[in-house]
Amino acid sequence: MTTAHPVTPLSFPAPRGACPFDPPPAYQRARREQPVTRVTLWDGSQCWMVTRHADVRVVLRDQRFSSDARRPGFPFVTDGRRALANESTSFIRLDDPEHARLRRMLTADFMIKKAEVLRPRVQRIVDDFLDRMVEHGAPADLVTEFALPIPSLVICLLLGVDYADHTYFQERSRIMLNNGSTADEIRQARDELTEYLGRLAQRKRREPDDGIISRLVARGELTDEEVASTGLLLLVAGHETTANMTSLSTLALLRDPAQLTRLRAEPALVKPAVEELLRFLTIVHFGLPRVATEDLEVGGQTIRAGEGVLCMLSAANRDEEVFEGADRLDIGRESRRHVAFGFGVHQCLGQPLARVELQIALETLLRRLPGLRLAVPYEDIRFRTDMAIYGVHELPVAW
Amino acid sequence: MRVSVDTHRCCGSGQCVLAVPEVFDQREEDGIVRLLDERPSAELHDEIRTAATVCPSGAIEVHEA
Ligand code: HEM
Ligand code: SF4
Repeated sequence: MTTAHPVTPLSFPAPRGACPFDPPPAYQRARREQPVTRVTLWDGSQCWMVTRHADVRVVLRDQRFSSDARRPGFPFVTDGRRALANESTSFIRLDDPEHARLRRMLTADFMIKKAEVLRPRVQRIVDDFLDRMVEHGAPADLVTEFALPIPSLVICLLLGVDYADHTYFQERSRIMLNNGSTADEIRQARDELTEYLGRLAQRKRREPDDGIISRLVARGELTDEEVASTGLLLLVAGHETTANMTSLSTLALLRDPAQLTRLRAEPALVKPAVEELLRFLTIVHFGLPRVATEDLEVGGQTIRAGEGVLCMLSAANRDEEVFEGADRLDIGRESRRHVAFGFGVHQCLGQPLARVELQIALETLLRRLPGLRLAVPYEDIRFRTDMAIYGVHELPVAW
Repeated sequence: MRVSVDTHRCCGSGQCVLAVPEVFDQREEDGIVRLLDERPSAELHDEIRTAATVCPSGAIEVHEA
């Protein structure tokens, strides 16, 4: 069955509606009325948008939908990302078998057991940054004093990168993930980080340690450039994601006193709560891009070879067919089927680590600051609508 | 119920280990799935079905009966 396209394709990205925690109403409507639909991108080009949970899983699990941005037809949601397509080589934009070869060099470092072993260290880091924030006194910006430094320090430790340089990374990864950055800005930020990591790889060759960069170098299978691009992916992917989840989760809970009270009363709920917040907030909100390598059918719609697809994780995570009352935050619900970390062989490599960081950060914050509250009117909070990773620009809090 | 895993498909996401650590583990050397129990007891069956559903790469097969 092939449904007719609407005459005027939806223009992408669509604006968010009244509630900043909800995906754009146009995506929600598309999921109900035309789950595989045409959209027009910033440059006038068109591609498909997939919004149902079942269809998003089908596309992301089928490797005939390629992640390789060098293929013709690959959809780019910004100018900057298109300009860099032919230059980027990290495995998030490669297909198997190259993707699997590179990813498998890292899977052991991010497996569940490894993340669990890190718990005491992460707890210390979380406590330290919270101590410092409390010492500085209220009001404090939860983003810069708590949410961002935690994943930043953790990923630096894992990679064997000097945390003293963290502002250098944070600034550059922010540029790389800002949809408003020009191609030149992104290119410069990326080149500087790659150069830094390349020099680091050379140093680890001479002075090895037990960090990931050093061990990648020691395997002897990768060039320094490949080590650098892998390090870059981990650094960028591991920073802003966890940071924005931490601050946006805090805000969502502060705005929902019933859920907040429940979580405070039952700290054991923190694990399901983090899954539910991942589902409800879906911070990777611009859709995962893929391109069809042959004619394929998704949800009754034929997608031709060479046509692009955006898989809307945010809409899929609000699919009523999977999550009853999907637009409600409910920390006690079964939400493990969410696709906030993607799906298929590219599903987030760092998810066990992200979960440990989020669980510890939220549990500690709520336990240690029982009077936590916003230090500005809610209406003044600026949301990251134009950033690749959703969240808030700053979160002034008092306690 | 009989369970099987395909280590070539597995991308080491760890979802199965989170769901049913009694039945799934990850190999020390590369984080790829390791099946601990091919014929798990009945009280684990629901969670195993969940593991198969959330496995991103489709590496877990559940043979009912
Ligand atoms: C809450 C936090 C996080 C969220 C929501 C998140 C989300 C995602 C998503 C949706 C993808 C799939 C991209 C695609 O299929 O095109 C992904 C991939 C990836 N993530 Fe995360 N991520 C988070 C934290 C982390 C952390 C902490 C790390 C590492 C330290 C990390 C490293 C990666 C890597 C390396 C990939 C590429 C995997 C591949 O292509 O095989 N992420 N992430
Ligand atoms: S859930 Fe699937 S992909 Fe992930 S470790 Fe288990 S078998 Fe492998």
